[in-house]
Amino acid sequence: MCTYATVKTALDGSAKGPESSWFHVTDGTVYFDHPVHAMAEHTLNIDFADPARGPSARVAVELTAASARELVTAIQAALDSAPAELTV
Amino acid sequence: MSDSLSAYTALITGHEGDEIESYVARPTDDGIRGGVVVIHHMPGYDRSTKEIVRRFAELGYDAICPNLYWREAPGAAPDDAAATARAQGGVPDGRLIGDVGAAAAYLRALATSNRKVGVIGYCSGGRQSVLAACNLDLDAAVDCYGAFVVGTPPDGFPLQVTNLVDQLPHLRAPLLGLFGKEDSYPSPEQVAELDEILTADGKPHEFHSYDDAGHAFFSPDRPSYRVAAANDGWERITAFYSTHLGG
Repeated sequence: MCTYATVKTALDGSAKGPESSWFHVTDGTVYFDHPVHAMAEHTLNIDFADPARGPSARVAVELTAASARELVTAIQAALDSAPAELTV
Repeated sequence: MSDSLSAYTALITGHEGDEIESYVARPTDDGIRGGVVVIHHMPGYDRSTKEIVRRFAELGYDAICPNLYWREAPGAAPDDAAATARAQGGVPDGRLIGDVGAAAAYLRALATSNRKVGVIGYCSGGRQSVLAACNLDLDAAVDCYGAFVVGTPPDGFPLQVTNLVDQLPHLRAPLLGLFGKEDSYPSPEQVAELDEILTADGKPHEFHSYDDAGHAFFSPDRPSYRVAAANDGWERITAFYSTHLGG
């Protein structure tokens, strides 16, 4: 199915690619729907983008539901492992 | 019949006068024939959709697919365009109707046209195919596993779309529906509900639901591909369009 679900969040950081160049990331789009490339019927998809630079200023990932949950845990663990004053 | 064809990109005047890119494929002979508007799926105006457009030309139709994401992302790669359009809220129903209407008008203006035009869509495009056939003068419509033609989204489901139940009384074209019995959206129960509504309204329709098939069984580049269902589905589409777009 197409879930049509789309969760957007503002981001502040950088991403690498396309063409191996870094760019500033302003927007994150998160959705669970059909992937373009991953061999699964549905995946958790994240677009790291800077819409001001055009549609190609985007780093896309497509993760199985299980690996997406593991990523959430890993991100939380990495943040928790750092001194609190550094992650404010 | 020759299977020679030509394919090209054209700019057509879409909804509210916006110029949008479209992919056109046509038999090279100058015989009179019907036309088919292909509505691309949510992943966009991509290679697999263009292959479908060329297949309809090989079957003897003038075929066109409007790029529904052209406004948001002109010239972008299909996946980038799809991501951009999604982030901006997707394709509004009114705009879809305008763009499909423009594509149908393009086909009817061709010197080879018999003035009959069908529409077909897959996945989100399946719903949009029914939407178009409820609002435009089309001669045949095909819905390949479109979700939310009927059915109520689950609680908390952040949908951007509504079902089409209130529009079904206005359906103006015979409808061919092709579904997978293992699909959840649309579920077999929702397919049965749509069948019942159309039967009660006296709307001509023909549904086929396939065993061992879920969503997107027509997509040869995805793990959901089911060769038996896809092959039979193509035969059903070919016969349906021959009946309603021929002559």
